[in-house]
Amino acid sequence: MADMGSSHGAAVVIVGGGVTGLSTGWWLARAGVDVLVLEKGIVGWEASGRNGGGATHVYSPFGLEEQRLWPQMDELLGYPTEYQPFRIGVALSEGQLALARRWAEIGETRGFRWELLDRRQLKELVPIVGDNAIGGTYLHFGGHANPQRTVQAYAWALQDHGGRIVQHTTVTGLGHRGGRVTAVETTRGTFGADVVVIAAGPQTGAFAEMLGVWLPLAPARVEMIATEPIPLMHVGGVAGNGLYGRQTLRGNLVYGGGPHEWINVPDMATPEHANTPLVRNLARRLAELLPGAAHVRLIRSWSGLVENTPDGLPVVERLARPDNVVIATMSSVGFGLSPAVGRAVSELVRFGRCQFADLGALALGRFADTPRDWRERAGWAATPTALEAAAGGDD
Amino acid sequence: MREIDPRSIAGKLPAPDRHAPLVVIGAGAAGIAAAIEAARAGVEVVLIDEHPVDNDMMAMDVPLCFGQRMDGSVRNRALMLERVVETNPELASAHEADVDVQLGTYVWGAFVNGPTVQELPVPMLGLADDRRSWLLGYDRLIVAAGARDVLLGFPGWERAGTLGAGGATALLTRYRALAARRLVVLGSGALGLHTAGLALERGVEVAGIVEVAAQVRGDAVIGKTLAARGVPFFTSHTIKAARGRTGEIESVVIVAVNHDGTPVAGSEREIACDAVCWAIGMVPSVELLHLVGARLRFVSALGGFVPDVDARMRTSATTVFAAGDCVGFTEGLLSGPEIARAQGRLAGRAAAESLGARVEAGAGRDPAVTPPPASGEVHSHWRAWLDSLIATGGWDVNVCQCEEVTRRELVETKPPRYLKWDSKQMSARSVTTLLRDGPLNQDQIKRLTRAGMGPCQSRRCREQVGLLLARAASTTLDRIPLPTFRPPIRPLPLNVLWPADEPAAMREEWVSWFGIPTQFSPHWTAGMAMDEPTAHVRLIMSDE
Repeated sequence: MADMGSSHGAAVVIVGGGVTGLSTGWWLARAGVDVLVLEKGIVGWEASGRNGGGATHVYSPFGLEEQRLWPQMDELLGYPTEYQPFRIGVALSEGQLALARRWAEIGETRGFRWELLDRRQLKELVPIVGDNAIGGTYLHFGGHANPQRTVQAYAWALQDHGGRIVQHTTVTGLGHRGGRVTAVETTRGTFGADVVVIAAGPQTGAFAEMLGVWLPLAPARVEMIATEPIPLMHVGGVAGNGLYGRQTLRGNLVYGGGPHEWINVPDMATPEHANTPLVRNLARRLAELLPGAAHVRLIRSWSGLVENTPDGLPVVERLARPDNVVIATMSSVGFGLSPAVGRAVSELVRFGRCQFADLGALALGRFADTPRDWRERAGWAATPTALEAAAGGDD
Repeated sequence: MREIDPRSIAGKLPAPDRHAPLVVIGAGAAGIAAAIEAARAGVEVVLIDEHPVDNDMMAMDVPLCFGQRMDGSVRNRALMLERVVETNPELASAHEADVDVQLGTYVWGAFVNGPTVQELPVPMLGLADDRRSWLLGYDRLIVAAGARDVLLGFPGWERAGTLGAGGATALLTRYRALAARRLVVLGSGALGLHTAGLALERGVEVAGIVEVAAQVRGDAVIGKTLAARGVPFFTSHTIKAARGRTGEIESVVIVAVNHDGTPVAGSEREIACDAVCWAIGMVPSVELLHLVGARLRFVSALGGFVPDVDARMRTSATTVFAAGDCVGFTEGLLSGPEIARAQGRLAGRAAAESLGARVEAGAGRDPAVTPPPASGEVHSHWRAWLDSLIATGGWDVNVCQCEEVTRRELVETKPPRYLKWDSKQMSARSVTTLLRDGPLNQDQIKRLTRAGMGPCQSRRCREQVGLLLARAASTTLDRIPLPTFRPPIRPLPLNVLWPADEPAAMREEWVSWFGIPTQFSPHWTAGMAMDEPTAHVRLIMSDE
């Protein structure tokens, strides 16, 4: 907060201190751009710091850049991200093996190497896998990092390059003049801006609406669990059986997956993060995946809110009107791609186009005909019983 | 037409294995009184208590700080159950009043609908014993979960033999399983004197009561009685270190301190002992109250965050009541269980009436429950202890034992040692630089340093981490937001927590991430994203 008051505004104001906004801010700051990030709570507090940490998204237009950047991120940022390379996919059924292979084969089409593992090879690499496994994949690409450490690393590195972050400040409006957004109104005053980046997670749609832009987004709650530490495995990036996650460098098994809950987020609110008895089902899935760890204690769980577009693909676009606004939502898959996406958004801000990837598939125009009630039609809204429950409280 | 996403949680959260109109958590004085009162009004009551907890749990200092000083008898579950019943005669009264008493049962979660969870069929608790877990639904809940220990670190406190007053008391009384012969008590308030008295009564020698303040803080008469029984008092002293071979405490070194906590040169004194017990205060156990969304506020005189309750012990979560030490711990409450009982009766009666039970005439016999005046705020006293520990023990003392994080590493927001990270940028960061970005948040610093992230679930370090952060920020603990509690609030094995069976839909529709067919397909070319568009996707892609 010491930063406030010294200068009320910046060349680029970023709405949202999640991983997309922070990475964008960092890329801009290191290019010498005067940048300010506005965050309603604490940086990286929502889904950006509450995910599995996976960094293996080679199907994305950002995928190659993701793979190129992650091994350098510790050094580029000057802070640890706990990035670890490679992933092992464990399959307990033919169906699971087909899914794991599909992921590997997409990587192969982009020039990456992988191996198919039989049960014996799999158990040599991951001794706590059980006889219920039929085989797996060993990706010599991809990896994972620690989301909590990484979001803070972006924030600190951004500041090291002269960028500013203002936390506990909610954006309430966008001021226009002459067809451009010129000011960002907040609970702590108005910040002038030449360019505005909206990377506000589930709230991104509401900001788009303020600009008269239709961005269909459905927020949902997802859950994860963490165990006490166990001895480090050769490769920490072991997942499968419908779970995503990793073993951390401390040794904890951290996994998520399973059913999500579509919810209606009150405007701009930051609700408490609650878990459900789903943590038991996650425990079961994890013990099935790694039977050698079935006796290990679960010590934490958490949940996070993520947003999805109707096709699950990101929207990363510099608007035509107002032409000084960039919208970025990663449709629930933002952390791993963040090094590349931040770079892409910074280029949209600086040059009007992304120089290293074709973002055509991510344009907003694809939703022009999506009906307003698409969430209800798709079943992606809170259910009627849920709405009643919410209205009636828990009385 | 309204669809339901088959991959979503809608309809998949199970109904609880059992449902009770009223569940009371904690079979201390307050919980038992509440359960009996409600049962007498005709309400079906389930009363749950985790004691006897199993040896592995005790070894992790869960739920109280037992300091590895349990004797071998705690491995005998049947014997422990017998002792817990025998040492708590009121349990028999509860049983006679038709209360369904479930001992040795952990409450590891409480689940209610709220802003982000709306699919629970009813509010429910997650329960477990040493073998399995299950769900118990409730209409009304009374939380009488008691209070937990407060520990502060000193060189050598990782050794076996560092207990909390709650852990020591449990081992001395209901478990009768304290494996210590010679105890040093830290703290001379009512809690310290009470613990020392109890130890003497049970044949444990008290080698000293150490107090950082200049005078004994507790009742002078009780203090004199203890002194007359040969208990030495060391006021204006702090603990400098615990020593011993092979991870055991065999002695402690204490040192005289000045008013500001700095040590007096040459005043060290070594006391032979096999256990040292922190008895400077207790913290209300508000984990479950936090999980059900009851409003909490910080009241230093009551030990920290406590629930807002009305005159009938109802919390802001209208189906949840609270009674006993978890509503606020003051040393005055140690004088007897009457206040806790009266709070319990009030809560039991209010819960019963809210369920439509008719409470018999004359039941309003309790006078208004007026807890003894709290002796004032406690955290400045804890802070005085902490200052003296820092002045004598320095900054390179573990604050978090599980994750081996020192005081210095905490306030310098150092990444954990196993990362072996060093950079100019990182060295320039600390709690002080974080403060420029906004008020300190314990959860944020936990993520960076890992203090509080271990298997004891921060039971040994929560308060000292908060106090250290407040000190670094030149503020008081009430300015540091409550770090969150999340299930499981007891560290339980995966193969205990897992459900024996799952709804078919849970298994059949399980996907790792949303199950949107286009999401993980190559989408670098516009239009090629859809492998096999499902009806759903077609529907939402255009309004045909």
